[in-house]
Amino acid sequence: MIRLDRDNVPLLFLIGALIPTTIFLVIQAVNDPALFLETLIKALGLGAVYALIALGFVLIFKATQTVNFAQGALAAAGALFVSFLVADEHIPFTTVPNPLINIGPEWLGWGLSVLVALIFAALLGLIIERITIRPMVGEPLFSVAVITLGLEIVLRVFNNDTVKTEFRALEIPWGNGGTTVGGAFINYSVIAALITAVVAFVGVFFFYRSKTGIAMRAVAFDQEAAMAQGINVGRVFAIAWAAGAVLAAIGGIFATQPPVKQTGAVEPETANIAFRALPAVILGGLDSATGALLGGLIVGLAEIFAGQYAAGESDWLGAGYPVIVPYIVMIIGLLVRPYGLFGTPEIRRV
Amino acid sequence: MLEIANLEVVYNEVILVLRGLSIEVPDGQIVALLGANGAGKTTTLRAISGLLDVHEGAVTKGSISWNGEAIAGKKPSEIVRSGITQVMEGRRVFAEMTVDENLTTGGFTIKDKAATAASYDRVMELFPQLGERRSQTAGYLSGGEQQMLAIGRAMMASPKLLVLDEPSLGLAPMLIEQIRDIIVDINKSGTSVLLIEQNAMMALSIADYGYIMETGKIVMDGEPAKLLADDDVKEFYLGLHSGDDTEKKSFRDVKHYKRRKKWSS
Repeated sequence: MIRLDRDNVPLLFLIGALIPTTIFLVIQAVNDPALFLETLIKALGLGAVYALIALGFVLIFKATQTVNFAQGALAAAGALFVSFLVADEHIPFTTVPNPLINIGPEWLGWGLSVLVALIFAALLGLIIERITIRPMVGEPLFSVAVITLGLEIVLRVFNNDTVKTEFRALEIPWGNGGTTVGGAFINYSVIAALITAVVAFVGVFFFYRSKTGIAMRAVAFDQEAAMAQGINVGRVFAIAWAAGAVLAAIGGIFATQPPVKQTGAVEPETANIAFRALPAVILGGLDSATGALLGGLIVGLAEIFAGQYAAGESDWLGAGYPVIVPYIVMIIGLLVRPYGLFGTPEIRRV
Repeated sequence: MLEIANLEVVYNEVILVLRGLSIEVPDGQIVALLGANGAGKTTTLRAISGLLDVHEGAVTKGSISWNGEAIAGKKPSEIVRSGITQVMEGRRVFAEMTVDENLTTGGFTIKDKAATAASYDRVMELFPQLGERRSQTAGYLSGGEQQMLAIGRAMMASPKLLVLDEPSLGLAPMLIEQIRDIIVDINKSGTSVLLIEQNAMMALSIADYGYIMETGKIVMDGEPAKLLADDDVKEFYLGLHSGDDTEKKSFRDVKHYKRRKKWSS
């Protein structure tokens, strides 16, 4: 039973806020089912993109205990690699033409190019880890976090310099196309984001139960004890960073597509996706993949629904208010559960 | 055979912890390394297992050789692969993972699946209690079970030499006996054991040979019988007093600071 005392104020506030919201949404759903369905799918799509980015944060945090603030720049870099390969049709940083783009039908060449871009993203993650993170093993975590913040700025400058004011399209085969289900328009990109998120989460679920995954969790829990078991901590860090960078790149690609953006092109703003996804990570708990998924979905739902149904109030809310909704959700969530919805409160026997 | 000769270890480039330590662990034996707090027992272990780096320590002199090969300065993973595993002080189980997952980390260096399965069965045989708790979170095991898990985890790599750092720490006398019997079992099946302990009685009761270290070097060594008969060992490590046992002793008579150990000249 929930006691009515000061400790439970945030929880009661949350319940108090959720009940009228639910009633309001049910009324809306009955009034205009098509609009409601469209909003819901859009929200799930955005949630999936947030969840993918959040999963990248979680992977790196779980192995290295570091919040990687460079995740946004890595996302933009990943999208940029795709743009290099499919729009400019050459291998990144070279003038060598991309041989893959002409293979088979359009979607096959495009898909293979995206795979190559993801490999480039993984390499970028590996290089960053080897040069800037590995030498910091055993140093204060705060210093490492600040290093990643520096990396974010360096990479962003690099990305922005490359993007300039050009229109850097990703030339997604399905473009802005979509399908209509029960009067609701569903973008193909949203479906792709949902499928990718499901695949990524199932993959991570099984990875954490594999030998390498268990080694990664061991390193996260007690580095010295993991080393004593013969686990190569450096290699675990490298794997985590490569995987984190790949997830960031995937998130970055979706960040150029609806429902995040309508343009379908890389912009300097693409890198902000990580900071928009940060509430999802914090809300879910930094060390939980399940948390990343749920946090992403909750934040995505809150943002899109607030944007759709509170638009009438925008004269006092301001036009860009949906963007801050995730942060409000995060703050309320943290007040109720300080270590996130699924974060591990420490179990330690002394 | 593990041979440590004239080993010197320095932390942070200034703090000299081991000053010319020499010990030997012959194949198939249990060797006890005894010493008070701060004598350098754990540092010795770290030097063997390659974990000095983590603590800003380094071997500055002397050698550690394992079956004739120098291992000082090697990576911990290489040392585990060469057949030396350790049970760290304070158990250090991965509390957030299950018992089975903890055991998997122990077998990390073994690539052969059949060999891993065999050592897993062996661990389950040694510690039937762990079998009942395979899918439980390790953090919720009792202290004794955690110690068993820590030993089982080290055994997963099928070591030729097992180094245990204070396995009796914080355990009830009954459990200490149980752990002691398990160490004997492990040794009987061919694994050499280096037992680092403060609990001299427990260690000497099973050891083939014993070393006593103080401030970074060996001050006395010999067969357990010889060590147990020594007056200084009796008083400082076993808490017994020489002389007439029938007479009641007052704490006033136990003036440690007045009694000089014969080895500290």
